[in-house]
Amino acid sequence: MISGLMQYEFLQNAFLTGMIIGVIAPLLGVFIVVRRLSLIADALSHITLAGIALSLLLEKKFLVLSGLNPLYMGMVFSVGGSLFIEKLRTVYKHYQELAIPIILSGGVGLGVIFISLADGFNTDLFSYLFGSVSAVSRADLWTILIISIFVITIVSFLYKELFLLSFDEEYAKATGIAAKSLHFIFIVMVALVIAASMRIVGILLVSSLMTLPVAASIRFANGFKQTIFFSILFGEISVLGGLFLSYYLNLAPGGTIVMIAIFILVLVIWLKKRSAKRAILKR
Amino acid sequence: MILILVGDNVNTNDYIVQVQDVYYRYDKENVLENINLSIHRGSFLAIVGPNGSGKSTLLKLILGLIKPQTGTIRLFGQDINKFREQHKIGFVSQKANSFNTGFPATVFEVVASGLTKKLGLFHILKKTDHVKIKQAIESVGMGNFLDRNIGELSGGQQQRVFIARALVSEPELLILDEPTVGVDVQNVNSFYEMLETLNKKQGITLLMVTHDIGTISEKVTNVACLNKNMYFHGSADEFEQLQLNDVSEIYGHDVQVLTHDHHEGGHHHD
Repeated sequence: MISGLMQYEFLQNAFLTGMIIGVIAPLLGVFIVVRRLSLIADALSHITLAGIALSLLLEKKFLVLSGLNPLYMGMVFSVGGSLFIEKLRTVYKHYQELAIPIILSGGVGLGVIFISLADGFNTDLFSYLFGSVSAVSRADLWTILIISIFVITIVSFLYKELFLLSFDEEYAKATGIAAKSLHFIFIVMVALVIAASMRIVGILLVSSLMTLPVAASIRFANGFKQTIFFSILFGEISVLGGLFLSYYLNLAPGGTIVMIAIFILVLVIWLKKRSAKRAILKR
Repeated sequence: MILILVGDNVNTNDYIVQVQDVYYRYDKENVLENINLSIHRGSFLAIVGPNGSGKSTLLKLILGLIKPQTGTIRLFGQDINKFREQHKIGFVSQKANSFNTGFPATVFEVVASGLTKKLGLFHILKKTDHVKIKQAIESVGMGNFLDRNIGELSGGQQQRVFIARALVSEPELLILDEPTVGVDVQNVNSFYEMLETLNKKQGITLLMVTHDIGTISEKVTNVACLNKNMYFHGSADEFEQLQLNDVSEIYGHDVQVLTHDHHEGGHHHD
Protein backbone atom coordinates (compact mmCIF):
# COMPACT_ATOMS: atom_id res chain seq x y z
CA MET A 1 0.00 0.00 0.00
CA ILE A 2 2.86 2.35 0.80
CA SER A 3 4.16 1.91 -2.72
CA GLY A 4 0.60 2.39 -3.98
CA LEU A 5 0.45 5.67 -2.09
CA MET A 6 3.66 6.82 -3.78
CA GLN A 7 2.45 5.71 -7.16
CA TYR A 8 -1.22 6.56 -7.53
CA GLU A 9 -2.55 10.07 -7.25
CA PHE A 10 -6.06 8.86 -6.41
CA LEU A 11 -4.75 7.03 -3.36
CA GLN A 12 -2.90 10.13 -2.19
CA ASN A 13 -6.07 12.16 -2.67
CA ALA A 14 -8.15 9.68 -0.74
CA PHE A 15 -5.73 9.45 2.18
CA LEU A 16 -5.07 13.17 2.51
CA THR A 17 -8.78 13.91 2.30
CA GLY A 18 -9.47 11.19 4.85
CA MET A 19 -6.92 12.62 7.26
CA ILE A 20 -8.45 16.09 7.01
CA ILE A 21 -12.00 14.82 7.47
CA GLY A 22 -10.87 12.70 10.40
CA VAL A 23 -10.06 15.98 12.16
CA ILE A 24 -12.86 18.36 11.22
CA ALA A 25 -15.85 15.99 11.35
CA PRO A 26 -15.28 14.88 14.98
CA LEU A 27 -14.24 18.45 15.93
CA LEU A 28 -17.64 19.83 14.96
CA GLY A 29 -19.23 16.57 16.07
CA VAL A 30 -18.36 17.27 19.71
CA PHE A 31 -20.38 20.50 19.62
CA ILE A 32 -23.21 18.77 17.76
CA VAL A 33 -23.46 15.89 20.23
CA VAL A 34 -23.37 17.99 23.40
CA ARG A 35 -26.04 20.27 21.98
CA ARG A 36 -28.15 17.19 21.28
CA LEU A 37 -28.26 17.94 17.57
CA SER A 38 -26.87 14.59 16.42
CA LEU A 39 -29.61 14.09 13.85
CA ILE A 40 -28.97 17.42 12.14
CA ALA A 41 -25.96 15.89 10.42
CA ASP A 42 -28.23 13.21 8.95
CA ALA A 43 -30.79 15.73 7.73
CA LEU A 44 -28.08 17.82 6.08
CA SER A 45 -26.42 14.87 4.40
CA HIS A 46 -29.71 13.91 2.77
CA ILE A 47 -30.31 17.42 1.49
CA THR A 48 -26.75 17.31 0.13
CA LEU A 49 -27.79 14.22 -1.84
CA ALA A 50 -30.52 16.26 -3.53
CA GLY A 51 -27.95 18.87 -4.56
CA ILE A 52 -25.62 16.27 -6.00
CA ALA A 53 -28.45 14.53 -7.83
CA LEU A 54 -29.52 17.87 -9.34
CA SER A 55 -25.99 18.59 -10.45
CA LEU A 56 -25.66 15.15 -12.08
CA LEU A 57 -29.10 15.53 -13.70
CA LEU A 58 -28.27 18.89 -15.23
CA GLU A 59 -25.01 17.47 -16.51
CA LYS A 60 -26.60 14.39 -18.04
CA LYS A 61 -29.79 15.84 -19.53
CA PHE A 62 -28.99 19.40 -20.34
CA LEU A 63 -25.23 19.32 -20.58
CA VAL A 64 -25.09 22.41 -18.38
CA LEU A 65 -22.70 22.45 -15.46
CA SER A 66 -20.73 19.71 -17.13
CA GLY A 67 -17.30 19.61 -15.64
CA LEU A 68 -18.54 21.40 -12.52
CA ASN A 69 -17.86 19.37 -9.41
CA PRO A 70 -21.23 18.06 -8.05
CA LEU A 71 -19.75 18.74 -4.62
CA TYR A 72 -20.42 22.47 -5.10
CA MET A 73 -24.13 22.00 -5.75
CA GLY A 74 -24.20 19.63 -2.80
CA MET A 75 -22.70 22.36 -0.61
CA VAL A 76 -25.21 24.93 -1.83
CA PHE A 77 -28.06 22.60 -0.90
CA SER A 78 -26.48 21.67 2.41
CA VAL A 79 -25.97 25.29 3.47
CA GLY A 80 -29.45 26.21 2.21
CA GLY A 81 -30.90 23.30 4.17
CA SER A 82 -29.06 24.35 7.32
CA LEU A 83 -30.52 27.84 7.11
CA PHE A 84 -33.97 26.35 6.55
CA ILE A 85 -33.54 24.19 9.66
CA GLU A 86 -32.73 27.29 11.68
CA LYS A 87 -35.84 28.99 10.32
CA LEU A 88 -38.00 25.96 11.18
CA ARG A 89 -36.54 25.80 14.67
CA THR A 90 -37.74 29.33 15.35
CA VAL A 91 -41.16 28.60 13.83
CA TYR A 92 -41.61 25.46 15.99
CA LYS A 93 -40.12 26.78 19.20
CA HIS A 94 -41.51 23.96 21.29
CA TYR A 95 -40.89 21.19 18.77
CA GLN A 96 -37.42 22.06 17.57
CA GLU A 97 -36.56 18.50 16.55
CA LEU A 98 -39.39 18.62 13.97
CA ALA A 99 -37.07 20.57 11.68
CA ILE A 100 -34.91 17.48 11.23
CA PRO A 101 -37.43 15.01 9.71
CA ILE A 102 -38.82 17.82 7.56
CA ILE A 103 -35.44 18.56 6.01
CA LEU A 104 -34.43 14.90 5.89
CA SER A 105 -37.53 13.72 4.02
CA GLY A 106 -37.46 16.82 1.84
CA GLY A 107 -33.88 16.03 0.87
CA VAL A 108 -34.60 12.41 0.03
CA GLY A 109 -37.79 13.36 -1.84
CA LEU A 110 -36.03 15.93 -3.99
CA GLY A 111 -33.09 13.61 -4.56
CA VAL A 112 -35.28 10.75 -5.72
CA ILE A 113 -37.20 13.03 -8.10
CA PHE A 114 -33.96 14.26 -9.67
CA ILE A 115 -32.67 10.70 -9.97
CA SER A 116 -35.86 9.47 -11.67
CA LEU A 117 -35.85 12.48 -14.02
CA ALA A 118 -32.39 11.45 -15.08
CA ASP A 119 -33.56 7.85 -15.66
CA GLY A 120 -31.04 6.70 -13.11
CA PHE A 121 -27.35 7.39 -12.91
CA ASN A 122 -24.28 5.29 -13.35
CA THR A 123 -21.97 4.17 -10.58
CA ASP A 124 -21.09 7.81 -9.94
CA LEU A 125 -24.11 8.25 -7.69
CA PHE A 126 -23.35 5.00 -5.94
CA SER A 127 -19.95 6.35 -4.93
CA TYR A 128 -21.63 9.43 -3.45
CA LEU A 129 -23.99 7.27 -1.43
CA PHE A 130 -21.42 4.95 0.10
CA GLY A 131 -18.11 6.71 -0.41
CA SER A 132 -15.23 5.71 -2.61
CA VAL A 133 -11.46 5.64 -2.50
CA SER A 134 -11.05 6.13 -6.20
CA ALA A 135 -13.56 8.94 -6.65
CA VAL A 136 -11.63 11.66 -4.82
CA SER A 137 -10.09 14.07 -7.31
CA ARG A 138 -7.32 16.59 -6.72
CA ALA A 139 -9.96 19.34 -7.04
CA ASP A 140 -11.98 17.66 -4.26
CA LEU A 141 -8.89 17.59 -2.10
CA TRP A 142 -8.29 21.32 -2.55
CA THR A 143 -11.93 22.17 -1.80
CA ILE A 144 -11.87 20.08 1.35
CA LEU A 145 -8.56 21.59 2.43
CA ILE A 146 -9.97 25.12 2.11
CA ILE A 147 -13.10 24.15 4.06
CA SER A 148 -11.01 22.62 6.83
CA ILE A 149 -8.81 25.71 7.16
CA PHE A 150 -11.96 27.82 7.38
CA VAL A 151 -13.55 25.55 10.00
CA ILE A 152 -10.46 25.15 12.18
CA THR A 153 -9.79 28.89 12.14
CA ILE A 154 -13.36 29.75 13.13
CA VAL A 155 -13.54 27.11 15.87
CA SER A 156 -10.26 28.19 17.43
CA PHE A 157 -11.17 31.88 17.32
CA LEU A 158 -14.70 31.38 18.64
CA TYR A 159 -13.90 28.45 20.93
CA LYS A 160 -15.00 29.98 24.22
CA GLU A 161 -18.17 31.44 22.72
CA LEU A 162 -19.11 28.13 21.10
CA PHE A 163 -18.37 26.32 24.35
CA LEU A 164 -20.59 28.64 26.38
CA LEU A 165 -23.39 28.49 23.84
CA SER A 166 -23.29 24.69 23.89
CA PHE A 167 -23.05 24.41 27.65
CA ASP A 168 -25.61 26.95 28.75
CA GLU A 169 -27.49 28.83 26.06
CA GLU A 170 -29.55 30.90 28.49
CA TYR A 171 -26.50 32.09 30.40
CA ALA A 172 -24.73 32.85 27.12
CA LYS A 173 -27.62 35.07 26.11
CA ALA A 174 -27.82 36.69 29.54
CA THR A 175 -24.16 37.69 29.34
CA GLY A 176 -24.78 39.32 25.98
CA ILE A 177 -23.25 36.81 23.56
CA ALA A 178 -24.58 37.06 20.01
CA ALA A 179 -26.15 33.61 20.22
CA LYS A 180 -28.07 33.85 16.97
CA SER A 181 -25.19 34.79 14.71
CA LEU A 182 -22.95 32.30 16.45
CA HIS A 183 -25.44 29.53 15.86
CA PHE A 184 -25.73 30.59 12.23
CA ILE A 185 -21.96 30.41 11.71
CA PHE A 186 -21.89 27.03 13.41
CA ILE A 187 -24.61 25.43 11.31
CA VAL A 188 -23.04 26.70 8.08
CA MET A 189 -19.75 25.09 9.13
CA VAL A 190 -21.55 21.81 9.78
CA ALA A 191 -23.18 21.97 6.35
CA LEU A 192 -19.81 22.53 4.66
CA VAL A 193 -18.08 19.72 6.53
CA ILE A 194 -20.87 17.29 5.67
CA ALA A 195 -20.62 18.11 2.00
CA ALA A 196 -16.84 17.73 2.23
CA SER A 197 -16.86 14.41 4.07
CA MET A 198 -19.30 12.64 1.83
CA ARG A 199 -16.75 11.91 -0.92
CA ILE A 200 -15.00 9.41 1.32
CA VAL A 201 -17.64 8.16 3.74
CA GLY A 202 -20.68 8.63 1.54
CA ILE A 203 -23.85 10.55 2.24
CA LEU A 204 -25.57 7.78 4.12
CA LEU A 205 -22.77 7.43 6.64
CA VAL A 206 -21.40 10.93 6.95
CA SER A 207 -23.14 11.70 10.23
CA SER A 208 -21.52 8.69 11.84
CA LEU A 209 -18.09 10.29 11.54
CA MET A 210 -19.42 13.27 13.49
CA THR A 211 -21.10 11.29 16.24
CA LEU A 212 -19.44 7.86 16.79
CA PRO A 213 -15.95 9.08 17.80
CA VAL A 214 -17.61 11.61 20.13
CA ALA A 215 -19.90 8.96 21.60
CA ALA A 216 -16.80 6.91 22.45
CA SER A 217 -14.68 9.69 23.95
CA ILE A 218 -17.54 11.20 25.98
CA ARG A 219 -17.63 7.95 27.97
CA PHE A 220 -14.34 8.55 29.70
CA ALA A 221 -12.85 11.93 28.78
CA ASN A 222 -12.35 14.50 31.50
CA GLY A 223 -13.49 17.87 30.30
CA PHE A 224 -14.34 19.38 26.97
CA LYS A 225 -10.87 19.78 25.48
CA GLN A 226 -10.05 16.16 26.25
CA THR A 227 -13.30 15.09 24.62
CA ILE A 228 -12.30 16.97 21.47
CA PHE A 229 -8.82 15.43 21.53
CA PHE A 230 -10.02 11.83 21.84
CA SER A 231 -12.82 12.35 19.33
CA ILE A 232 -10.31 13.49 16.73
CA LEU A 233 -7.97 10.61 17.63
CA PHE A 234 -10.76 8.04 17.22
CA GLY A 235 -11.91 9.77 14.03
CA GLU A 236 -8.41 9.50 12.55
CA ILE A 237 -8.03 5.84 13.53
CA SER A 238 -11.39 5.02 11.95
CA VAL A 239 -10.75 6.88 8.70
CA LEU A 240 -7.18 5.70 8.11
CA GLY A 241 -7.87 2.13 9.27
CA GLY A 242 -11.02 2.03 7.17
CA LEU A 243 -9.24 3.24 4.05
CA PHE A 244 -6.47 0.67 4.50
CA LEU A 245 -8.86 -2.22 4.94
CA SER A 246 -11.16 -1.16 2.14
CA TYR A 247 -8.21 -0.85 -0.24
CA TYR A 248 -6.87 -4.31 0.55
CA LEU A 249 -10.16 -6.15 0.89
CA ASN A 250 -11.89 -4.17 -1.84
CA LEU A 251 -14.70 -2.97 0.44
CA ALA A 252 -16.72 0.24 0.40
CA PRO A 253 -14.64 2.66 2.50
CA GLY A 254 -17.67 4.29 4.11
CA GLY A 255 -18.87 1.04 5.63
CA THR A 256 -15.39 0.00 6.76
CA ILE A 257 -14.76 3.38 8.44
CA VAL A 258 -18.07 3.27 10.26
CA MET A 259 -17.55 -0.30 11.46
CA ILE A 260 -14.14 0.59 12.89
CA ALA A 261 -15.69 3.57 14.67
CA ILE A 262 -18.36 1.31 16.12
CA PHE A 263 -15.71 -1.22 17.17
CA ILE A 264 -13.85 1.55 19.06
CA LEU A 265 -17.11 2.64 20.68
CA VAL A 266 -17.97 -0.86 21.89
CA LEU A 267 -14.40 -1.38 23.12
CA VAL A 268 -14.52 1.86 25.13
CA ILE A 269 -17.87 0.99 26.69
CA TRP A 270 -16.56 -2.46 27.63
CA LEU A 271 -13.29 -1.13 29.11
CA LYS A 272 -15.14 1.52 31.06
CA LYS A 273 -17.49 -1.08 32.53
CA ARG A 274 -14.61 -3.33 33.47
CA SER A 275 -12.68 -0.55 35.19
CA ALA A 276 -15.83 0.51 37.07
CA LYS A 277 -16.27 -3.07 38.31
CA ARG A 278 -12.65 -3.21 39.43
CA ALA A 279 -13.01 0.07 41.29
CA ILE A 280 -15.95 -1.38 43.20
CA LEU A 281 -14.03 -4.61 43.96
CA LYS A 282 -11.06 -2.63 45.28
CA ARG A 283 -13.25 -0.96 47.86
CA MET B 1 -44.68 55.39 46.50
CA ILE B 2 -42.71 53.74 49.23
CA LEU B 3 -38.99 53.72 49.30
CA ILE B 4 -37.33 52.48 52.41
CA LEU B 5 -33.91 53.83 53.14
CA VAL B 6 -31.46 51.74 55.04
CA GLY B 7 -29.16 53.75 57.28
CA ASP B 8 -29.36 57.47 57.80
CA ASN B 9 -27.05 59.33 55.47
CA VAL B 10 -27.29 57.34 52.32
CA ASN B 11 -25.69 58.76 49.25
CA THR B 12 -27.73 57.87 46.17
CA ASN B 13 -24.52 56.84 44.40
CA ASP B 14 -24.24 54.01 46.88
CA TYR B 15 -27.31 52.40 45.40
CA ILE B 16 -26.36 49.61 43.08
CA VAL B 17 -29.92 49.03 41.92
CA GLN B 18 -32.78 51.51 41.95
CA VAL B 19 -36.16 50.42 40.65
CA GLN B 20 -38.75 53.21 40.52
CA ASP B 21 -42.50 52.98 39.83
CA VAL B 22 -42.07 49.97 37.60
CA TYR B 23 -45.03 48.25 35.97
CA TYR B 24 -44.63 45.18 33.81
CA ARG B 25 -47.47 43.70 31.77
CA TYR B 26 -47.53 40.41 29.97
CA ASP B 27 -50.54 39.44 27.84
CA LYS B 28 -52.58 42.40 29.12
CA GLU B 29 -52.11 41.24 32.70
CA ASN B 30 -50.01 43.09 35.22
CA VAL B 31 -47.20 40.86 36.43
CA LEU B 32 -45.65 43.61 38.50
CA GLU B 33 -47.36 46.75 39.79
CA ASN B 34 -45.81 49.88 41.20
CA ILE B 35 -42.51 48.30 42.16
CA ASN B 36 -39.96 50.32 44.08
CA LEU B 37 -36.78 48.72 45.21
CA SER B 38 -33.35 49.96 46.09
CA ILE B 39 -30.30 47.90 46.84
CA HIS B 40 -27.58 49.50 48.85
CA ARG B 41 -23.95 48.65 48.18
CA GLY B 42 -22.79 45.85 50.44
CA SER B 43 -26.23 44.60 51.39
CA PHE B 44 -27.64 41.09 51.06
CA LEU B 45 -31.22 41.36 49.88
CA ALA B 46 -33.64 38.47 49.64
CA ILE B 47 -36.75 38.83 47.52
CA VAL B 48 -39.39 36.45 48.79
CA GLY B 49 -42.85 35.68 47.51
CA PRO B 50 -45.04 32.80 46.40
CA ASN B 51 -44.81 31.15 43.01
CA GLY B 52 -45.99 33.39 40.21
CA SER B 53 -45.49 36.51 42.28
CA GLY B 54 -43.24 38.08 39.66
CA LYS B 55 -39.91 37.45 41.41
CA SER B 56 -38.14 36.08 38.38
CA THR B 57 -39.68 38.79 36.20
CA LEU B 58 -38.22 41.42 38.49
CA LEU B 59 -34.79 39.80 38.15
CA LYS B 60 -35.10 39.77 34.38
CA LEU B 61 -35.96 43.47 34.46
CA ILE B 62 -32.90 44.24 36.57
CA LEU B 63 -30.71 42.13 34.29
CA GLY B 64 -32.07 44.07 31.30
CA LEU B 65 -33.41 40.96 29.58
CA ILE B 66 -36.88 42.56 29.41
CA LYS B 67 -38.01 46.17 29.58
CA PRO B 68 -40.73 47.61 31.84
CA GLN B 69 -43.75 49.34 30.26
CA THR B 70 -43.46 52.21 32.73
CA GLY B 71 -40.98 53.21 35.38
CA THR B 72 -37.22 53.46 35.48
CA ILE B 73 -34.41 51.19 36.53
CA ARG B 74 -30.98 52.49 37.38
CA LEU B 75 -27.90 50.30 37.78
CA PHE B 76 -24.83 51.75 39.51
CA GLY B 77 -26.48 55.16 39.21
CA GLN B 78 -26.92 54.88 35.47
CA ASP B 79 -30.11 54.42 33.49
CA ILE B 80 -30.36 50.76 32.48
CA ASN B 81 -30.69 51.65 28.79
CA LYS B 82 -27.31 53.39 28.90
CA PHE B 83 -25.67 50.84 31.20
CA ARG B 84 -22.78 49.08 29.45
CA GLU B 85 -20.84 47.54 32.33
CA GLN B 86 -22.60 44.19 32.42
CA HIS B 87 -19.48 42.55 33.83
CA LYS B 88 -20.22 44.28 37.14
CA ILE B 89 -23.24 42.00 37.49
CA GLY B 90 -22.93 38.26 38.00
CA PHE B 91 -25.94 36.03 37.48
CA VAL B 92 -26.72 32.53 38.69
CA SER B 93 -29.92 31.28 37.13
CA GLN B 94 -32.41 28.81 38.49
CA LYS B 95 -31.93 26.84 35.30
CA ALA B 96 -28.37 26.06 36.35
CA ASN B 97 -29.89 23.09 38.11
CA SER B 98 -31.34 21.64 34.95
CA PHE B 99 -28.39 21.88 32.56
CA ASN B 100 -27.25 18.85 30.60
CA THR B 101 -25.57 16.85 33.36
CA GLY B 102 -23.78 14.62 30.88
CA PHE B 103 -21.90 17.59 29.47
CA PRO B 104 -18.18 16.78 29.36
CA ALA B 105 -16.74 19.89 30.99
CA THR B 106 -14.47 20.21 34.02
CA VAL B 107 -15.17 22.59 36.87
CA PHE B 108 -12.29 24.72 35.59
CA GLU B 109 -13.75 24.89 32.08
CA VAL B 110 -17.22 25.82 33.35
CA VAL B 111 -15.87 28.61 35.55
CA ALA B 112 -13.59 29.83 32.76
CA SER B 113 -16.65 30.28 30.57
CA GLY B 114 -17.69 33.06 32.95
CA LEU B 115 -14.93 35.17 31.42
CA THR B 116 -16.20 34.78 27.85
CA LYS B 117 -17.86 38.16 27.56
CA LYS B 118 -15.25 40.06 29.53
CA LEU B 119 -12.36 38.77 27.43
CA GLY B 120 -14.18 39.56 24.20
CA LEU B 121 -13.98 37.91 20.82
CA PHE B 122 -10.80 36.16 19.69
CA HIS B 123 -9.07 36.42 23.09
CA ILE B 124 -7.80 33.37 24.87
CA LEU B 125 -7.14 32.89 28.59
CA LYS B 126 -3.99 34.49 29.93
CA LYS B 127 -1.97 33.36 32.96
CA THR B 128 -3.63 35.98 35.13
CA ASP B 129 -7.02 34.63 34.06
CA HIS B 130 -6.02 31.14 35.19
CA VAL B 131 -5.20 32.55 38.62
CA LYS B 132 -8.54 34.36 38.77
CA ILE B 133 -10.45 31.22 37.81
CA LYS B 134 -8.73 29.19 40.52
CA GLN B 135 -9.40 31.90 43.09
CA ALA B 136 -13.08 31.99 42.19
CA ILE B 137 -13.31 28.21 42.53
CA GLU B 138 -11.56 28.32 45.90
CA SER B 139 -13.82 31.09 47.16
CA VAL B 140 -16.83 28.78 46.84
CA GLY B 141 -14.94 25.94 48.51
CA MET B 142 -14.50 23.78 45.41
CA GLY B 143 -10.71 23.99 45.14
CA ASN B 144 -10.29 20.22 45.25
CA PHE B 145 -12.56 19.63 42.27
CA LEU B 146 -10.79 21.63 39.52
CA ASP B 147 -10.51 18.78 37.03
CA ARG B 148 -13.69 16.91 37.87
CA ASN B 149 -16.47 16.73 35.31
CA ILE B 150 -19.37 18.95 36.33
CA GLY B 151 -21.84 16.09 35.90
CA GLU B 152 -20.15 14.02 38.63
CA LEU B 153 -20.86 16.60 41.32
CA SER B 154 -23.86 16.88 43.63
CA GLY B 155 -26.53 19.53 43.08
CA GLY B 156 -25.11 21.74 45.81
CA GLN B 157 -21.58 21.45 44.46
CA GLN B 158 -22.78 22.24 40.96
CA GLN B 159 -24.53 25.34 42.21
CA ARG B 160 -21.30 26.45 43.92
CA VAL B 161 -19.49 26.03 40.60
CA PHE B 162 -22.08 28.21 38.89
CA ILE B 163 -21.56 30.86 41.54
CA ALA B 164 -17.83 30.68 40.90
CA ARG B 165 -18.57 31.16 37.20
CA ALA B 166 -20.50 34.32 38.07
CA LEU B 167 -17.74 35.49 40.45
CA VAL B 168 -14.84 35.06 38.06
CA SER B 169 -15.60 38.27 36.19
CA GLU B 170 -15.33 40.05 39.57
CA PRO B 171 -18.87 41.40 39.78
CA GLU B 172 -19.92 43.96 42.37
CA LEU B 173 -23.47 42.63 42.37
CA LEU B 174 -24.33 38.95 42.34
CA ILE B 175 -27.90 38.00 41.40
CA LEU B 176 -29.15 34.54 42.34
CA ASP B 177 -32.48 33.08 41.22
CA GLU B 178 -33.64 30.42 43.71
CA PRO B 179 -30.09 29.13 44.24
CA THR B 180 -31.03 26.41 46.72
CA VAL B 181 -33.42 24.55 44.42
CA GLY B 182 -31.85 21.13 43.91
CA VAL B 183 -29.47 21.49 46.86
CA ASP B 184 -29.84 18.81 49.56
CA VAL B 185 -31.34 20.04 52.81
CA GLN B 186 -28.23 19.31 54.88
CA ASN B 187 -26.11 21.40 52.50
CA VAL B 188 -28.40 24.42 52.33
CA ASN B 189 -27.00 25.87 55.52
CA SER B 190 -23.37 25.72 54.48
CA PHE B 191 -24.46 27.13 51.13
CA TYR B 192 -25.94 30.20 52.84
CA GLU B 193 -22.83 30.49 54.99
CA MET B 194 -20.75 30.67 51.83
CA LEU B 195 -23.00 33.44 50.50
CA GLU B 196 -22.62 35.29 53.80
CA THR B 197 -18.84 35.10 53.49
CA LEU B 198 -18.95 36.46 49.94
CA ASN B 199 -21.09 39.31 51.18
CA LYS B 200 -19.16 40.19 54.34
CA LYS B 201 -15.56 39.31 53.50
CA GLN B 202 -15.46 40.16 49.80
CA GLY B 203 -18.00 42.95 49.94
CA ILE B 204 -20.09 41.62 47.09
CA THR B 205 -23.66 42.90 47.05
CA LEU B 206 -26.09 40.01 46.84
CA LEU B 207 -29.60 39.90 45.46
CA MET B 208 -31.34 36.58 45.90
CA VAL B 209 -34.78 35.40 44.93
CA THR B 210 -36.06 32.58 47.08
CA HIS B 211 -39.20 31.11 48.50
CA ASP B 212 -37.77 29.58 51.61
CA ILE B 213 -38.45 32.41 54.06
CA GLY B 214 -37.58 30.29 57.09
CA THR B 215 -33.80 30.26 56.88
CA ILE B 216 -33.09 33.55 55.23
CA SER B 217 -33.94 36.19 57.80
CA GLU B 218 -30.83 35.45 59.89
CA LYS B 219 -28.46 35.39 56.93
CA VAL B 220 -29.57 38.39 54.89
CA THR B 221 -29.50 42.08 55.72
CA ASN B 222 -32.63 43.11 53.85
CA VAL B 223 -35.85 41.50 52.74
CA ALA B 224 -38.39 42.42 50.08
CA CYS B 225 -41.76 40.70 49.92
CA LEU B 226 -43.29 40.54 46.52
CA ASN B 227 -46.63 39.42 45.23
CA LYS B 228 -47.29 41.49 42.15
CA ASN B 229 -46.95 44.51 44.44
CA MET B 230 -44.10 45.16 46.81
CA TYR B 231 -45.62 44.48 50.22
CA PHE B 232 -42.61 44.97 52.34
CA HIS B 233 -39.15 46.25 51.76
CA GLY B 234 -36.88 46.77 54.73
CA SER B 235 -34.20 45.36 56.97
CA ALA B 236 -34.16 41.75 58.08
CA ASP B 237 -34.89 42.79 61.67
CA GLU B 238 -38.02 44.63 60.66
CA PHE B 239 -39.02 41.63 58.61
CA GLU B 240 -38.71 39.33 61.63
CA GLN B 241 -41.08 41.50 63.62
CA LEU B 242 -43.90 41.46 61.14
CA GLN B 243 -43.34 37.93 60.03
CA LEU B 244 -45.98 36.07 62.01
CA ASN B 245 -49.03 38.13 61.19
CA ASP B 246 -48.40 39.70 57.88
CA VAL B 247 -46.22 37.42 55.84
CA SER B 248 -48.72 34.61 56.01
CA GLU B 249 -51.24 37.03 54.61
CA ILE B 250 -49.02 38.00 51.72
CA TYR B 251 -49.10 34.40 50.73
CA GLY B 252 -52.83 34.29 51.34
CA HIS B 253 -55.65 36.19 49.70
CA ASP B 254 -56.40 39.10 51.95
CA VAL B 255 -54.29 41.51 50.01
CA GLN B 256 -56.29 44.67 50.62
CA VAL B 257 -55.91 44.66 54.36
CA LEU B 258 -52.23 44.18 54.09
CA THR B 259 -51.66 47.14 51.80
CA HIS B 260 -53.47 49.18 54.39
CA ASP B 261 -51.31 47.87 57.16
CA HIS B 262 -48.27 48.71 55.23
CA HIS B 263 -49.11 52.41 54.94
CA GLU B 264 -49.96 52.63 58.59
CA GLY B 265 -46.83 50.75 59.49
CA GLY B 266 -44.88 54.00 59.51
CA HIS B 267 -42.17 53.16 57.01
CA HIS B 268 -40.27 56.03 55.52
CA HIS B 269 -41.94 57.58 52.55
CA ASP B 270 -39.85 59.03 49.81
